[in-house]
Amino acid sequence: MTAPLVLSLKALSKRFGSVIANDAVSLDLHRGEVLALLGENGAGKTTLMNMLFGHYMPDSGGIDLYDAAGNAHPLTLGHPQAALAAGIGMVHQHFALAENLTALDNIALGSEPLLSLRRDRARTRAKVESIMQRSGLTAPLDTPVGRLSVGERQRVEILKALYRDARILVLDEPTAVLTPQEADSLFHSIGAMTRDGLSVIFISHKLREVLAFSHRIAVLRHGVKVGEMATAEADDRAIARMMVGADTPTTPREPMQPGAPVLHLDKVTLTGTSARDRLQDVTLTVHAHEVLGIAGVSGNGQSALAGVISGLRAPDRGTISVAGTPIAHPDPRAMIRAGIGRIPEDRHHDGIVGAMSVAENMVIERLDEPGIQTNGLLNREAIAENARTLSKSYDVRGPGIDAAARLLSGGNIQKLILARVFEQDPNLILANQPTRGLDMGAAAEVGRRLLEARKRGAGVLLISEDLDEILSLADRIMVIHDGHLTEVTTRDREQIGLAMTGEPA
Amino acid sequence: MIRIEPRPAPPRLLTLGVPVLAALIALALAALPLAFAGADIATAYGEMFKGVFGSLFAFSEMLTRATPLIFTGLAAALAFRARLWNIGAEGQLYLGAMAAVAIGAGAIDAPAIILIPLIVILGAAAGAAGMAVPALLKTRFGADEVVTTLLLNFVILIFVQMMLEGPLKDPMGLGWPQSSPILDQGMLPTLIDRMRVHAGLILALIAAGIAQFMLARSVWGFRLRAVGENAAAACHAGIRVNRTLIGVALISGALAGLAGVGEVAGLKGYLTADLSPGFGYTGIVVAMLAGLSPVGVVIAALFIASVFVGADSMSRAMGVSSYLADLVVSMSLLCVLIGGFFARYRLVRAAKAPA
Amino acid sequence: MMDLLQILVSDSFWAASLRIATPLIFGVLGALLCEKSGVLNLGIEGIFAAGAMAGWMAVWLGAGLWGGVLVAALAGAFFGLIHAILTVPLGLSQHVSGLGVTLFATSVSYFIYRTALPNVTSPPRIEPFRALDIPLLSDLPFLGPVLFQQTALTWLALIMVALVWYVLNRTALGIAIQAVGDNPDSVDAQGLSVYGLRIGAVVAGSALMALGGAFLTMSAFDAFFFGMVNGRGWICIALVIFASWRPGKALLGALLFGAFDALQVRLQTEVGALVPGQVFLMAPYILSIIALVIAARKADYPRALLTPWFKGQR
Repeated sequence: MTAPLVLSLKALSKRFGSVIANDAVSLDLHRGEVLALLGENGAGKTTLMNMLFGHYMPDSGGIDLYDAAGNAHPLTLGHPQAALAAGIGMVHQHFALAENLTALDNIALGSEPLLSLRRDRARTRAKVESIMQRSGLTAPLDTPVGRLSVGERQRVEILKALYRDARILVLDEPTAVLTPQEADSLFHSIGAMTRDGLSVIFISHKLREVLAFSHRIAVLRHGVKVGEMATAEADDRAIARMMVGADTPTTPREPMQPGAPVLHLDKVTLTGTSARDRLQDVTLTVHAHEVLGIAGVSGNGQSALAGVISGLRAPDRGTISVAGTPIAHPDPRAMIRAGIGRIPEDRHHDGIVGAMSVAENMVIERLDEPGIQTNGLLNREAIAENARTLSKSYDVRGPGIDAAARLLSGGNIQKLILARVFEQDPNLILANQPTRGLDMGAAAEVGRRLLEARKRGAGVLLISEDLDEILSLADRIMVIHDGHLTEVTTRDREQIGLAMTGEPA
Repeated sequence: MIRIEPRPAPPRLLTLGVPVLAALIALALAALPLAFAGADIATAYGEMFKGVFGSLFAFSEMLTRATPLIFTGLAAALAFRARLWNIGAEGQLYLGAMAAVAIGAGAIDAPAIILIPLIVILGAAAGAAGMAVPALLKTRFGADEVVTTLLLNFVILIFVQMMLEGPLKDPMGLGWPQSSPILDQGMLPTLIDRMRVHAGLILALIAAGIAQFMLARSVWGFRLRAVGENAAAACHAGIRVNRTLIGVALISGALAGLAGVGEVAGLKGYLTADLSPGFGYTGIVVAMLAGLSPVGVVIAALFIASVFVGADSMSRAMGVSSYLADLVVSMSLLCVLIGGFFARYRLVRAAKAPA
Repeated sequence: MMDLLQILVSDSFWAASLRIATPLIFGVLGALLCEKSGVLNLGIEGIFAAGAMAGWMAVWLGAGLWGGVLVAALAGAFFGLIHAILTVPLGLSQHVSGLGVTLFATSVSYFIYRTALPNVTSPPRIEPFRALDIPLLSDLPFLGPVLFQQTALTWLALIMVALVWYVLNRTALGIAIQAVGDNPDSVDAQGLSVYGLRIGAVVAGSALMALGGAFLTMSAFDAFFFGMVNGRGWICIALVIFASWRPGKALLGALLFGAFDALQVRLQTEVGALVPGQVFLMAPYILSIIALVIAARKADYPRALLTPWFKGQR
């Protein structure tokens, strides 16, 4: 690579309390280059980028930007304003968009004088349209962002950065919410923009896309840069080892004869206001000794499906049967009693009561049980004993069973939930995005537990946006798109990807 | 640059120390309005202290003042624990008082052993009914209970005035809008001879004890805390959120109703439309000072009652407006809020950018 | 029935409606501005009292009517600033902080009034705002008496409706306020200050609320009484939800409310013998609760309302 330097991070370090998030990380970026920043969750990728963008103040180290003549200019640290002015744009995983405003308003936000009484919308629009033409990224400009699809929102985010004349664009896990086809088209646009001189850093943990679309790869582990290489010379096994520090344990899925149906949904319909909470005539059956995987792009009705099965939402039409018995009044309580164990998508929001103790969270679904309570009073010794046993057998680590559950790490919160669910010997396990945000070790543990339950005779309904996870765990695969569920017989990722966009597979 | 960082687990000493410190700061801040009013500050504080601890009578007056505040403080503390914003204790207090005079002022002539429990139960039930309405409007229609309870306070107070000019009016009252007095055998006994402190205080202490125990040790308390801390997770775990909220609402309303019962059946003997100088609203301050703990409510109520009784006495002696007490009470709420912030977060001076 | 119709077409009835609506218009606009930025301001009831007292006292001390209006607005801004600091950078419970500010603002106002006037038996009066009585226009049939015989403060309220609408929808500042009430990250990512916008909106909104209080002592009446706010602030909080956070609908809501209140006063004189007067006094509060229940389900709350935001925690 002979292109001139545009940015260099120099020995940036950042610690949070006792945790070292970044330890003297240095990184160079050249003009027109796509640099992939690879690493597991918690490796420090996002922290590094947040320092670049001024959200975090580094403890030590500095950042230099280079002008066209090659002169270095230090960036004022800790000020998003300075990063913006220096031409650094960042697209976060959680979009920073106001949903009540149009795309155009979102793009113009912050670049107009606040105290002026008039706004020059015509000029803003003209500039945005010319950017859309050059980059190939298009989005409706006059619709409130709340009504745009996820892909469109992401394009609005990138347009926001380009509108501010970004020379450096940081994309944090940009494909997590896209179909494989959408992701390809995004990288296509990135290719067009880099030829125009834009430099891109994209954060990912998906090896496949990194190898296909980047020029150079840097790998972070535990806050340290452990490797850097040109993509052309990279070897995927070597990189994977670099990310994890060791070979990942793969869980073998032994073939198994499915048993009797444990869950049956018959023409379940949920009329919602948007695609994300709509279901249309969904019919599915999960058998004992079987993992049914639901693949799909986020926001296509997964939450609605999980809501119906966990009892949070009553279907408008259709029936739910568990082990052959229809559930007359589905609510979370009825579902728990019917033997459905639920691993919620958002474990902090739905899985635990963070302010209550680990021990209390471990019995929260069993308050009516005689062992747990007597005449309405809690058996505190039994609750503590249960917590000690479960913490041991599920390896829940933290400040102790009486500490608030929110003090646990994400992986340990998930283990707490697994312990609660598996200990009840459920007939069916609903696992909604069970490994999201977990590091590889914790994710492998979740997969192992799910397969163990399958072996024992439970049915598993696995909803995941990670196609690799579905391919490795599921016996059968269905695809959800716009509230419709269709079974796919192929295990070819291109064809499944196509089905995820709504094309017949 | 200074940034805000959450403390992983607030130190216990801080959690307990913050309300005490907040109360003391608010009390110290009273020097400003005292100076504004031109009073001699040392004398004023001395008068306030004497007004509470200067005699057995003064102390009894403070306990009398604390009694309704314990009830309304508990009403707020339990509801807030469940994130149910019952700001309607003032109205529920009047409903309880109205029920007490409706049954106790001659409607039934029964011995004390029957009449007193009847008055207490009906007063509690009336308060509960008063909170049932906003609770149902919330769970059925999603109507924000903050606004409905606040507005119902006005409706109920006007209703009380209407009753006092109508069915509940004392025919011997010389035209004053007040109810007939509660029968002698319906009155709660006083605790000390020739003092006004009455058995309502015992009831309030028992209520606080039960609340403390149930909150920590019962399934009911578990559900209440779970719903309050994270309603979504509680619902996901099979706890019926609306049912829990309505249960809490009824208890909270009943406690506020008991405050009204104590005031008419323990103290005044009859009902007037100015029975409460804002006990319902002050109960919120009591609950916040107590960190929403029932035992804390008792301590906070004693403090707030001291402020009121002390300031009243100081006001009589020195001619400073007794609104000073309200000022101190509101400042202690603001101080404890700010203190709570420092218990949960710490300010960290971020490192300077390297040159 | 005929009587009701007569009331509804009479100009004096509509003039009274607009007069009753005026403090509510200020209050609803102020609450709307705060909530649009993501901050519920339950300090409103106390800020009304502070505005009423401060405005009146300034005039009574010789500041002149418009000086009084300014002082009232500054008093509102001051208490708004307290609420803003507690809820925005400190991120404390907006409910409790608001109630605290109401208690504080009310007791400060009462204490100052009592301390300044310790021994008055009847509240001293000031010379309040007079009806503008614009020549020619006020002679117009119907519109003349309804619109052109109101005081300057009513006109100021109507201008404020237009101004708040224009700022929120047509200026970069307003767009930023709407954005910060929906998703503070959207504002932060573009280099604007979340704290600055929210604090500004709460302070400005609180100043508007205080003008509602000032109207009471400087236009509707000519003196300050304890308890004169009488729940008007809470009614405004209900009306904001009813108005779906739109200035135009807020005006409509306040007017409907004023009309209903004016109507009950007239009905009271018609059928007063049949029903106790208190039934009519209760009406405004019950009406607000009904409005809230009707609007609650489809209320389109600003998404970030009640949610604190801390810098650097995404």
